[in-house]
Amino acid sequence: MIKIEGIAASAGVAIAPAFKLEHPDFTVQQRSVSDVAAEVAKLNAALDQSKAELEAIKERTLQELGAKKAEIFEAHLLILNDPELISPVEDMIRNDMVNAEYALNETANQFISMFENMKSAYLQERAADMKDVTKRILIHLLGLNYVNPAEISEEVVVIAEDLTPSDTAQLNRKYVKGFTTNIGGRTSHSAIMARSLEIPAVVGTKEVLAKVNSGDLVIVDGLDGKVIINPTDELVAEYRSKQEKYQLQIEEWKKLRDKASVSADGVHVELAANIGTPNDVAGVLDNGGEGVGLYRTEFLYMGRDKLPTEEIQFNAYKTVLEKMEGKPVVVRTLDIGGDKELPYLDLPKEMNPFLGFRAVRLCLERTDIFRTQLRALLRASVYGNLRIMFPMIATLDEFRQAKALLFEEKEKLVAEGIEVSNEIQLGIMVEIPSTAIIADQFAKEVDFFSIGTNDLIQYTMAADRMNERVSYLYQPYNPAILRLVKMVIDAAHKEGRWVGMCGEMAGDSTAIPLLLGLGLDEFSMSATSILPARSQISKLSKAAMTELAAKALAMQTAAEVVELVNSIEA
Amino acid sequence: MEKTFRIIDEDGIHARPATALVNTANKFKSAESFAEAKGKKVTLKSILGVLSLGLEKGDSITLSATGEGEADVIKALTDVMVNEGLGEVQ
Repeated sequence: MIKIEGIAASAGVAIAPAFKLEHPDFTVQQRSVSDVAAEVAKLNAALDQSKAELEAIKERTLQELGAKKAEIFEAHLLILNDPELISPVEDMIRNDMVNAEYALNETANQFISMFENMKSAYLQERAADMKDVTKRILIHLLGLNYVNPAEISEEVVVIAEDLTPSDTAQLNRKYVKGFTTNIGGRTSHSAIMARSLEIPAVVGTKEVLAKVNSGDLVIVDGLDGKVIINPTDELVAEYRSKQEKYQLQIEEWKKLRDKASVSADGVHVELAANIGTPNDVAGVLDNGGEGVGLYRTEFLYMGRDKLPTEEIQFNAYKTVLEKMEGKPVVVRTLDIGGDKELPYLDLPKEMNPFLGFRAVRLCLERTDIFRTQLRALLRASVYGNLRIMFPMIATLDEFRQAKALLFEEKEKLVAEGIEVSNEIQLGIMVEIPSTAIIADQFAKEVDFFSIGTNDLIQYTMAADRMNERVSYLYQPYNPAILRLVKMVIDAAHKEGRWVGMCGEMAGDSTAIPLLLGLGLDEFSMSATSILPARSQISKLSKAAMTELAAKALAMQTAAEVVELVNSIEA
Repeated sequence: MEKTFRIIDEDGIHARPATALVNTANKFKSAESFAEAKGKKVTLKSILGVLSLGLEKGDSITLSATGEGEADVIKALTDVMVNEGLGEVQ
């Protein structure tokens, strides 16, 4: 039995056999072969195995996800049968007397570079399909042991170095009971995804991948950040009961679902949810969300090979607004760049992507992309209570430019006879210190602020939150951060504006008493954090928290602040 | 026998219609069929060949067939082109 500590990234307990998600080594060596007939037979056997696999995946996809999602596997099957691919490989084996994997790799690379050099972005992306098919055949030729995460078909705990967005998107919630990774923190992409999928997760374990074998029984304790490999029967029983207890607590929280979020002394705050797709709305309503505090629209742009059309976007925004039935929905305009890439935009690599060409900076240059999104939003505005928020605003000028583009598009739509709401609130993310510092000036021009703590903290502390060696500087409770938050809230209230927070901090049980005391109006968090937060707030007195926050602001270190908060909870 | 089309799909000939064209060509075992565009001619029984033409909206493509039932082949391919919203007869 091995116990490993990590960072609790998503609540819950999972107990299941390990599935190691490793990307194998596809290096191919050139070898001479004497028996070319045997080598061709080896190729054909690998092709047959690959075809059988693809047929099965195609069938399953067809049944579970529908014909459209299955189409791509149909194309992959055709490539496996393609005479333009197979004949040259066979010829090369026969004529050059080389091994099958080398001949395949050489031939496939010609097609890959052909696609990569094509004019159309769509066809360039087909290189990825060619690579995928080549890897599938190579797995059999090289005798590699690899299962694609999308092909998992029994209950497992996924173990990985890290999970990329495409890995996470492929995980099937039905079978993946939990996951744990070597790297990452509470705010890394995989952790955020785990919370929205409600899969227990422990990240940043540093060593779990090396310590576990596929098939080992693994406990992932996403409540306390522990991973246990090959636990004793006693421990399994203990964790089963912890799992049940957690389930019961969730049942308790569910009772608060239709209640308002009110402090012990009767002050109402709004608890909203962060979402990425229209599918997440069901979770918001299930968890009693009073609104959507952050709709991350970049998922509309990711996982496809060209920009989403106005119609695709309009439908997504309309769906979210309608499903929320008049509750406020804050939509953040495209926040791409930084660590979130869009291959089809072909943006150059940057030395400092987090300080670079991203979000509203990109939108103000690529106004074609921005205008399409604004039009889609404006058209959707009549279907609910829409609020639009611009990300990464560093100067008043940027806000004014973005606002001007919005109004231009609004006028055009009105001129075209299309109905647009006149009640749309317009706000900004406060995540760059310069904006927090002149929040008083912004407050005269915006309808609301939403403090994005993940970035605000990393920009204020000058520490990359993904870098393990400086992650100790990611200090939400540092008095410097609390003072910035207070400045923003006070500046907004002076002008009669409201302030929300949509970073991870808003749902954090240590931060909530402080934020309540600082006067935060709206807390936007993972849907699953809403009910625990509502329960916590109902036990806190706003007046007492105001005093607590004042004390915290005068403290010197984050540790002192945490100690202070813990003292009231005891 | 041959027939020329102009591509009208925004994405050009992409994976889904290319799959449909190749599947259709493969149904006719005793006929050979080809696609010709931009001075390049490829067999329609190869999806990589069809995609390698790099066809975009506005390009012309000539489909041809030789062998048994070549008229049926062209008719079936025309149906795919039109039903998939891929091209229009020129």
